[in-house]
Amino acid sequence: MSITEILFWFLTVLAIGSALMVIVSKNPVYSVIFLILTFFAISGHYLLLNAQFLFIVNLIVYAGAIMVLFLYVLMLINLNADAEPMKNKWLKIAGTVAGGCFLLVMVAALRTVDTKGITAQVGGGDIGLIETLGKTLFSEYVVPFEVSSVLFLSAMVGAVVLGKK
Amino acid sequence: MEALTNRSKAVDRRPMSVWEKAYLPEIAKGMGVTLKHFFKKKPTISFPEETRPFSPVFRGLQVLNRDEKGRERCTACGLCAVACPAEAITMEAAERKQEEQHLYREEKYAARYEINMLRCIFCGLCEEACPKDAIYLSETFTPANYKRESFIYSKQDLLIPDPVTEPELYKKALGDRAKKS
Amino acid sequence: MQFCLLAITKAFLIEKAVLITIVIAVSLVIAMYSTWAERKVAGFIQDRLGPNRAGWGGLLQPLADGMKLFMKEEIIPNASNKFLFILGPGVAMLTAMMTSAVIPWGNKIEVFGRSIDLQIADINIGILYIFGVVSMGVYGIMIGGWASNNKFSLLAALRGASQMISYELAMGMSIIALLMVTGSLSLKTIVEQQSAGWWNFFYQPLGFLIFMVCAFAECNRTPFDLPEAESELNFGYHQEYSSMKLGFYLFAEYINMFISSTLMATLYFGGYDIPFVNDANLLSSLGPNLTATLQALALFAKIFFFIFFFMWVRWTVPRFRYDQLMNLGWRGMIPLALANMVITAAFMLWRHG
Repeated sequence: MSITEILFWFLTVLAIGSALMVIVSKNPVYSVIFLILTFFAISGHYLLLNAQFLFIVNLIVYAGAIMVLFLYVLMLINLNADAEPMKNKWLKIAGTVAGGCFLLVMVAALRTVDTKGITAQVGGGDIGLIETLGKTLFSEYVVPFEVSSVLFLSAMVGAVVLGKK
Repeated sequence: MEALTNRSKAVDRRPMSVWEKAYLPEIAKGMGVTLKHFFKKKPTISFPEETRPFSPVFRGLQVLNRDEKGRERCTACGLCAVACPAEAITMEAAERKQEEQHLYREEKYAARYEINMLRCIFCGLCEEACPKDAIYLSETFTPANYKRESFIYSKQDLLIPDPVTEPELYKKALGDRAKKS
Repeated sequence: MQFCLLAITKAFLIEKAVLITIVIAVSLVIAMYSTWAERKVAGFIQDRLGPNRAGWGGLLQPLADGMKLFMKEEIIPNASNKFLFILGPGVAMLTAMMTSAVIPWGNKIEVFGRSIDLQIADINIGILYIFGVVSMGVYGIMIGGWASNNKFSLLAALRGASQMISYELAMGMSIIALLMVTGSLSLKTIVEQQSAGWWNFFYQPLGFLIFMVCAFAECNRTPFDLPEAESELNFGYHQEYSSMKLGFYLFAEYINMFISSTLMATLYFGGYDIPFVNDANLLSSLGPNLTATLQALALFAKIFFFIFFFMWVRWTVPRFRYDQLMNLGWRGMIPLALANMVITAAFMLWRHG
């Protein structure tokens, strides 16, 4: 096995394992930390695909910003066992039904996918490189890109304006 | 209210100017002040190597004096103990034997002489009470210690070195204060 | 830039391992002596001498401090979350050390006939990598503060997290303006551009100011040391920590300080560029190894100046109040960074016609 293969399997096991731990762990803070670990593993996969930009943006945006907010909120919630909201029987049934439906959709989707034809190129390719990505974004997708950037800017300005009140 | 000194300064409560609100110039000013202090001469005295000069009226640890032939001056008259406001001094008198003439100046001497340095307030009244110039306060102060018992100084701790057998140690222990008396 | 994993040879591995070891050792030693320097600077600014007993000028003081921290009893509070309690300082230390991977410490040197880059990894997303690692830095504080099961620690952790997220925004925008000028994300390229022309500081003075203030906030240094405000939070997120776990937190702060100084020097002050000297001429007259040494020395001189600056500010400016901090971040820094970005963009457009 080459180093790339070892890394691939290691990251795969890490990603799936920690993703399972997100669901299984009792402590929500552990769940968040395992979710962060999952993001790291997935970012590692991006790196193996030579998608450096996606790798780092995944880390900055998801692991670095969104998960911090998750953790932030969870730390402020009282996590005592008697304050647990999931005691309701109907909630459990609803959760099972929703999960089952999701599983159904996933199985149905994966059944029709042709996995052989689109095996990812490991290590090669420059689609994920920052120059290629930038060129694509600013030529083919310039309008949606600019619209979304204006959206983000307005969100930021909105936060500042709200803070001024 | 009238100011006691002319050093007091009224607080300036005017609203801040734009220059002050910009904050950075004021920070720069403050940093200038600290940088000036950075290069200033430091007033620190590195204690064990250098010592601060004592004031001429400093009253430190007591010393039991000897005369020029190395005999103890103290006659255990007890005046110092009586004068002591903190009752730090205790002593026991004894009579001098014939063969001890080179040790003690008078017929009576202090067999035991103790000062409790935890009680002593270094007022110097013992020095003033002494008719024989046998005790005076030196320029040293009581060193720190781990046990309370070690602060009770016996005669051995208080006696000045013998000027005949150990002249240089005697000189050192004598200090500047002894000359006055 | 080639993807590293494809080109692994034994010599390459050894070269990088040696380089990583050296960089880690150097950053640890510098962090160690930063604690000594901090106390010295504090002393001098306050008209004192600072530590001067352990060794000449107190130079052995950090060793004594480290020894003390190692010898202290390791206390893990009963009600704490043990695993996370131990994880916290580790994460803080890890994220502090990771940033140094993309910093160019000097030009190439030649050893055993190999030309070696004085940089662990020249990836073309250098600045983004730093940004990613810095954003991970919050976790050390948050996990440690929460796992202590102490409301002061928790409050400090929340403060730290919100402070770092707020200032990351302005920091990112100041870097965007810089990237418009340089046109590259690789730190090596940025440094090379500055060696050839002017330092970026002269193009981006406002950007540098914003970056510096945000760096102070990211390092939790005074005037932004709210997460560890002694007078309000009894020492903040590391209140329950003792022994070397506390040492790790304190150490991570100093490593962060070293790395931010390095970044400021690299991004805005020419990195390893020696001022007023043509590096290409130097290379031809002195040979690569000596040149690289001189360049590294120049870089470290800049770094030490910034570390001194960090300390100088710490002992001058008092701590902000929390609402003042947020005001400065959201109403001061972000609009300023936005304006800087727009002005830079307009200028670049105008210059390129």
